[in-house]
Amino acid sequence: MASKVWTSLKTGVSRSLNKRFYSQNVRKVTLIPGDGIGPEISASVQQIFRAADVPVEWEAVDVTPVKGPDGRTRIPPAAVHSMNQNMIGLKGPLATPIGKGHMSLNLALRKEFNLYANVRPCKSLEGYKTPYDDVDLVTIRENTEGEYSGIEHTIVDGVVQSIKLITKEASMRVAEFAFEYAKANSRHTVTAVHKANIMRMSDGLFLSCCREVAEKHRDIKFNEIYLDTVCLNMVQDPNQYDVLVMPNLYGDILSDLCAGLVGGLGVTPSGNIGAGGVAIFESVHGTAPDIAGEDKANPTALLLSAVMMLRHMELMGHAGRIEKACLEVISEKEHLTGDLGGTATCSEFTQAICDRVQQLE
Amino acid sequence: MASSMTKIFRSAVKLSKHHNYGAQRCFSATAVTNQSDDIKTVTLIPGDGVGPELMQSVKEVFKAGGVPVQFDEIFISEVMDHQHAGVDEVVESLKKNHVALKGIIHTPTGGTGQLQTLNMKMRNELDLFANVVRCRTIPGVKTRHSNLDFVVIREQTEGEYSALEHESVPGVVECLKIITRAKSERIAKFAFDYATKHGRKKVTAVHKANIMKLSDGLFLESCRQMSTLYPKIEFEAMIVDNTCMQLVSNPHQFDVMVTPNLYGNIVDNLAAGLVGGAGVVPGENFSKDYAIFEPGARHTFSQAQGRSIANPTCMLLTAANMLQHLNLEVYAKTITDSVERVIKAGKVRTQDLGGYATTHEFTSAVVNNMR
Repeated sequence: MASKVWTSLKTGVSRSLNKRFYSQNVRKVTLIPGDGIGPEISASVQQIFRAADVPVEWEAVDVTPVKGPDGRTRIPPAAVHSMNQNMIGLKGPLATPIGKGHMSLNLALRKEFNLYANVRPCKSLEGYKTPYDDVDLVTIRENTEGEYSGIEHTIVDGVVQSIKLITKEASMRVAEFAFEYAKANSRHTVTAVHKANIMRMSDGLFLSCCREVAEKHRDIKFNEIYLDTVCLNMVQDPNQYDVLVMPNLYGDILSDLCAGLVGGLGVTPSGNIGAGGVAIFESVHGTAPDIAGEDKANPTALLLSAVMMLRHMELMGHAGRIEKACLEVISEKEHLTGDLGGTATCSEFTQAICDRVQQLE
Repeated sequence: MASSMTKIFRSAVKLSKHHNYGAQRCFSATAVTNQSDDIKTVTLIPGDGVGPELMQSVKEVFKAGGVPVQFDEIFISEVMDHQHAGVDEVVESLKKNHVALKGIIHTPTGGTGQLQTLNMKMRNELDLFANVVRCRTIPGVKTRHSNLDFVVIREQTEGEYSALEHESVPGVVECLKIITRAKSERIAKFAFDYATKHGRKKVTAVHKANIMKLSDGLFLESCRQMSTLYPKIEFEAMIVDNTCMQLVSNPHQFDVMVTPNLYGNIVDNLAAGLVGGAGVVPGENFSKDYAIFEPGARHTFSQAQGRSIANPTCMLLTAANMLQHLNLEVYAKTITDSVERVIKAGKVRTQDLGGYATTHEFTSAVVNNMR
């Protein structure tokens, strides 16, 4: 408690004392708490960040769609402005209103900030047993085109054509990112997942882009593998993969599959990398309206996403400490939330991590 | 009509012969109680990679079991051009035989100048619209999930595998996915009929209609409409990414799954991985007139070619399923039982199941266990 007061005092003092000092060291991050359990788990992350004394200032924004002058619903300009200023965001789960005319908010954010790559590290948690142990891989998914291009039409009644779009530009960009990521995170292999034996031109283009980029990054090993082979091997021996890069649909499927290997979306972090340096980190699980407000939610996915965010901001020390505290608390199994088979509340779990973070200092 | 008459006539002749020669009669009497001992002809496509080795294993087992089947062997391949016989020959042969046993044909990446692969050509030519893979845990195969038994039914003549692609401008490629109501309804009906025939309770349609609203939407709608005609069978829809996650975390919830082309490819392989890998899962393809039996997870395993390390289990089970289809149930059961006995005993295991036995040793073990 004393240390907490001291921390807030310290930040308060430094803020008021030296604006210049502050602007260099404390970075602003846009926070989108989200719906359902979103606000609880966001508060939990904020509490842990305070305990770890992370030099980050949150700017909470609301992204509930507003009607623009042209009658179309869109993300409020204030939220867009905040993201454009800060370049970094953390986002809880968002509920997409069901019905016609609503674009999913996730999609709207993706479009607005041109978030072209989705990164999902999947790592087995010690202390949470699944049939698969020692999983440690990262899926990188192209997020703007491919099967999800949204170009579809009915040619005649009963015949629908859906266009999968693959461009050199987008493929090069995501391949480039995959190799950069591998390097920055001390990974050794990048594997391109494709189906170029069937879709010879489209996936062929994606594959040739990956090959071209691989040529430039000789220090990282490059492999290519068929999508079906990955699926077959993944459930038998997931240890053989490291960083996987792939087009949109395959990435969607494989990232969820890998999350399933390590315990589901409640424990897997995710980050979206956009053009021009924007990055939004998020938990990809649902809003869990049934337990919202009951202090039962598990903040792990959002917390680990926040850790990814700190790494992205090159705050390696803080990232390492929070991650270690979180994993230790989970592996000790004393303060687990309901979804991991424990009985602790969200705040107990959070407090346990806070205590651990402070011990680690 | 005429053919059944000749059949009756022929067996009558045979019976009278047996009446004369006591010893022979006793031998074929067992065969007669088993099945009619007409010899059936089946088209055999060995395939690439380890295909020919596995076929050899099937032949050995068939010979040992006295299976009344002869093969019309045709080699086709997209990578071994000089031996390639051509799709037409396969079609001709199947028109005669209606049933084929097939290894996996390798599909190379690019370089062939054609968008349509050999497999696609054959499936389209014969209209083999339904691919059925039954994923069942075989006792003795060590897997992470036990007691699995579900079926994946995949549409395989349209969807992403339509081979319609073009480069609009350099660096921008369009690939068309085609979904039609006619074919969606056909596969949905096939799935519900399959479920009815095999006493299954539930059909799950796998889709991504939340994103591909029109194409996958049409598929889903067709399945849903079809489900109303089968009130005794439960119907549910599941998004493909969630399906994959559920498959690895809670696979027991599935019974029969029906999917468009690409998702089927993914789910097939994933499911095969759950029950022990490509070496143990059989599969089958159906059209209105033809049935082709081939391994469920389609991998040529060419790195094992000629090394005699491949597991012949899936090909033997595939062949046994074919015998079942030919109404040779007793032979089918003999082979299936023998394979399962060998695997359960665990003495003779191939590399993929954690042992050191060769393909040949495994085959011999199966032959020795036939009773």
